[in-house]
Amino acid sequence: MSQNLVEIKDVTFSRGERVIYQDMRFSVPKGKITAIMGPSGIGKTTMLRLIGGQLKPDSGDIEFDGQSIPKMPRSRLYEARKRMSMLFQSGALFTDMSVFDNVAFPLREHTKLNEELIRIVVLMKLEAVGLRGAKDLMPAELSGGMARRAALARSIALDPELIMYDEPFAGQDPISMGVLVKLIKSLNQALDITSVVVTHDVAEVLSIADHVVILADKGVIGEGSPEQMKQHESPLVQQFLKGMSDGPVPFHFEAEPYQQELLRAAT
Amino acid sequence: MMLTMMQRVGRSTLDRLSSVGRALFILIGALFSLPNFKKGTPLLIKQLYMVGFLSLIIIVVSGLFIGMVLALQGYTVLVGYGAEDSLGPLVALSLLRELGPVVTALLFAGRAGSALTAEIGLMKATEQLTSLEMMAIDPLKRVIAPRFWAGLISMPLLAMIFSAVAILGAHLVGVEWLGVDAGSFWSIMQAQVSFEKDVLNGLIKSLVFAFIVTWIALYKGYDCIPTSEGISKATTQTVVQSSLAVLGFDFILTAIMFGN
Repeated sequence: MSQNLVEIKDVTFSRGERVIYQDMRFSVPKGKITAIMGPSGIGKTTMLRLIGGQLKPDSGDIEFDGQSIPKMPRSRLYEARKRMSMLFQSGALFTDMSVFDNVAFPLREHTKLNEELIRIVVLMKLEAVGLRGAKDLMPAELSGGMARRAALARSIALDPELIMYDEPFAGQDPISMGVLVKLIKSLNQALDITSVVVTHDVAEVLSIADHVVILADKGVIGEGSPEQMKQHESPLVQQFLKGMSDGPVPFHFEAEPYQQELLRAAT
Repeated sequence: MMLTMMQRVGRSTLDRLSSVGRALFILIGALFSLPNFKKGTPLLIKQLYMVGFLSLIIIVVSGLFIGMVLALQGYTVLVGYGAEDSLGPLVALSLLRELGPVVTALLFAGRAGSALTAEIGLMKATEQLTSLEMMAIDPLKRVIAPRFWAGLISMPLLAMIFSAVAILGAHLVGVEWLGVDAGSFWSIMQAQVSFEKDVLNGLIKSLVFAFIVTWIALYKGYDCIPTSEGISKATTQTVVQSSLAVLGFDFILTAIMFGN
């Protein structure tokens, strides 16, 4: 049995003319928290969509538990998706349902549990994210952090093997951020879930990650444990981890020389 | 120069073709992926309420006024020839054959079509459709199909209600106010209106319009660019394109049904 739940094998993916990934390779170890980091616009969310089978790579393969996601027919892909779940940046709660019904939704759709059992499971999931008291609220009544926690409760409703978090910390205040960091860690341990966290909040994610993948330049520029990453020799990795404004990723967007443009404007 | 123009024409043709393909994909998904009876029925009932029942007010009020105006206009012309007894069939035929299905479809496009597009567009923008996909639930089955069937069922019913209320409005003005004889109003109407030629053809028309308007509304929402600008554009396109399509198809259907 492989140690890795997800394997990205030489994946090339492009949108129109623009190449996003070129022969990308990395793996997501089973039962661990893997952080995927990289500058904005590098295609981190795209990677999650590739793993979830919503997008297909131009070439290469993505394996989930030894099975190729891009080659799966729709019915088998849907079966595989029941074993994984994704926490969206916006939470993506269904706005016409209460928090309780949102969490109950995947259970009602995919299991034959009766309402009594569904109620117990939903209450347990909501308790895990600290929102049992908010079960009757509508999504519009929740704060950003609460909405994300409610969505987290929904994504663990079916006890998935893999959870993909898309920018879970974006736009959160320090308290909600702390709560989410703790939740990701504790869910990973308690439920033995494999977690993939896509983020650029370096400090938060390094505190909980077991495995770090840094993406840039259409590929992986660094992969290993947080300690290995901190000592990585690549200047790009160092620039990213330390948040320096200039370095291999330039501060200035590509342009003609400054002096030349000013002179031209003056004449 | 020539090459750029040809490129542009080629690209826009390809864009059109691919959008027709996507629209067909949605249609097939909506038609053939009805969820099972137990799960699908509550979804359908909810959409029948949202799409059909909530459109009732605008349909009833418009129907009443259009019937009243029709009677008033018809009477002023007919009375000049001493033919005011024919007010009943005039009103009934114009409503059942034309105004009922067409005006209902136009109102439906503005009231329910725009709401469908905006709702689905927002579901797309807030990643609700993607999250359904990720939960292994087909959004075409869960979101599009119930709305499509609800549109298809509601519009012919709304068109019938529209015509019935409009005829009552015409009765109010023609008989109660202008003094047309109630007996001739109803009996000549009954004699002149054929169930197959007028009522059934009107129903077929509104079924075709329901198909067109609901399809356009759902496709525009599902295919929109998920930003506020994209959703607003899609909503406008739904109303404009479905209204024009209804009028165009009305001509074609009228030519087929009553042409000779």
